[in-house]
Amino acid sequence: MTIPPRLGRLARRARRDTGFLATGVPVHLALVPVWAWGATTTARTGNWALTLPVSAALVLGGVPVLTAVQRYRHRALLGVDIRRSAPVPQRRSPATALRWLFSPRAWRQVGYHLVLGPPAALSELLVLMAAVAGLAGATGYGWMWALPAGVRRDWFGWATLMPCWTVLGLVLLSLLPRLAGVAARAESRSAAALLGPSRADRLQERVAYLAGSRTGLIEAVDAERRRIERDLHDGTQQRLVSLAVNLGLAMATRPDLPGEAREVLAEAHLEAKAAIAELADLVRGLHPAVLEDRGLDAALSGLAARVPLPVRLRVELPDRAAPAVESVAYFVISEALANVTKHADASRVEVTVRRVGTVLRVNVTDDGLGGADPADGTGLSGLAKRVGSVDGAFRLSSPVGGPTTVTVELPCAR
Amino acid sequence: MRAVIAEDSVLLRVGLVKVLEMSGFQVVAEVGDAEALLAAVEEHRPELALVDVRMPPTFTDEGVRAAAAIRRDRPRTAVVLLSQYVEERYAADLLATNTSGVGYLLKQRVADVQDFAAAVRRVAEGGTALDPQVVAQLLLRRGDPLAALTPREREVLALMAEGRSNAGIAEALTVGESAVAKHINNILAKLDLPVADADHRRVLAVLRFLGAPRA
Repeated sequence: MTIPPRLGRLARRARRDTGFLATGVPVHLALVPVWAWGATTTARTGNWALTLPVSAALVLGGVPVLTAVQRYRHRALLGVDIRRSAPVPQRRSPATALRWLFSPRAWRQVGYHLVLGPPAALSELLVLMAAVAGLAGATGYGWMWALPAGVRRDWFGWATLMPCWTVLGLVLLSLLPRLAGVAARAESRSAAALLGPSRADRLQERVAYLAGSRTGLIEAVDAERRRIERDLHDGTQQRLVSLAVNLGLAMATRPDLPGEAREVLAEAHLEAKAAIAELADLVRGLHPAVLEDRGLDAALSGLAARVPLPVRLRVELPDRAAPAVESVAYFVISEALANVTKHADASRVEVTVRRVGTVLRVNVTDDGLGGADPADGTGLSGLAKRVGSVDGAFRLSSPVGGPTTVTVELPCAR
Repeated sequence: MRAVIAEDSVLLRVGLVKVLEMSGFQVVAEVGDAEALLAAVEEHRPELALVDVRMPPTFTDEGVRAAAAIRRDRPRTAVVLLSQYVEERYAADLLATNTSGVGYLLKQRVADVQDFAAAVRRVAEGGTALDPQVVAQLLLRRGDPLAALTPREREVLALMAEGRSNAGIAEALTVGESAVAKHINNILAKLDLPVADADHRRVLAVLRFLGAPRA
């Protein structure tokens, strides 16, 4: 006879869950003798000054062991990993034990083993009893011949009560997988909730992870910009300059060329120089080398001198900020100046960079038209995002008629 | 006159050699990094070193530091720095050691072969050649004291700072030399700079004024 695969799976799962529940009974009842002893002894002698510390010590000593057993039991029998609350101490010492004792996670564990233990054991026992009763009833006709004749006749008539026992057993057996599954799931959930990391712990872990990965991402973006800048500088820019130099040489050394050829040459020469200038502006906006070796102040004067309107630049920094902060500040000012040039119709711009406490404050003010709106896709929303990526604050004030002020604050605690 | 070239792009090096030879220089060494440049200057004692700012190994300001070292240790070798973009801070470093016999130009200026040749010769003879973009940055840095100048005077000051002579300034602005001389006297008076007859010494005074660390 072959067992249908569905039934086989059901049976295997029922066996696994029942086995899991069976091993839970002693673990969940382990602390019962402790408090039972404490309660009865206190009731008998009234000496709670002795019984209370002793039972407390026993409970607190037993809780980590029981937690470890529960972790092992869940992993080995159910394949469920109950995570530890980070951070796991590297070495055990009285200090770490004391810290553990005063942490919320210790009291959640105590609550689990002391309070939830007995009801959990009860539900486990009920499922086990259902399993035993089901098996016994369903197979009743197989073993009732072994009973003493009197019992057999009075309690389990072949044709009177036995059919009822058999039907009851079969019903219990068919319910067992569902019953055991529900009980095992409820138990593993409550264990994960109380023995694993709390919601606050999990959120904290998540925040730390996200902050770390964001920093990594920003560094990667920065490194990428640097790489692109280097590649363009070493490759395309050198080629273009070389092209322009050769065209210039041709013009200088061949004055005998016919007029038309000279015109074409001159045109190509101009185009090549224009391409160099355009590319230089783009490349310098990516990540200027001077930012790396001389800092923000030095990098900004090159930037400001390129803007086709008067710029007043004031940089007051006692020392250099972190590379990521310098890089964002440079990018912000570069974009803001580009916006002013393109959209503001301004006659002058003022840029100030100053350290206020642990904050790097950047201010770009123009006397242009105003009415700038981050929703217009003028690069302002990109600016705000870049600033947000280092936990900075971005403010824009741009009433119609001007002036427009972009204020950015970047944390730069060191 | 003899020259050495330090430039890590082989492609551009070929062009630079051609331009220098056309301008009457004899190129005695071509190298690709700052260390080799200093060795070549020691060996050949050239009149001119044409130096790229970004070279191996860090590709940041090797050229600037090498140029400052050459100006300090071998003052008879003039240095022209070339770069894809010019930085006021590098210029200030360069001018801090010595304001004569130095040049700092954008690479793209090489394409205007005759102008470039003239600038390089000027530097080799002890003059100065600063890129207009460097001068713009220097003027921006000294913003406040320059507010007293008229726009025309600022133009003249910028051209002076590039290292041009009175005649050169007059040509660039298409005005007479006497008008230029008048502007220059006004500028020197307003900025409280010493009046000197020779073009060269006036340029030095202006560069010291612009390149001096900000108060």
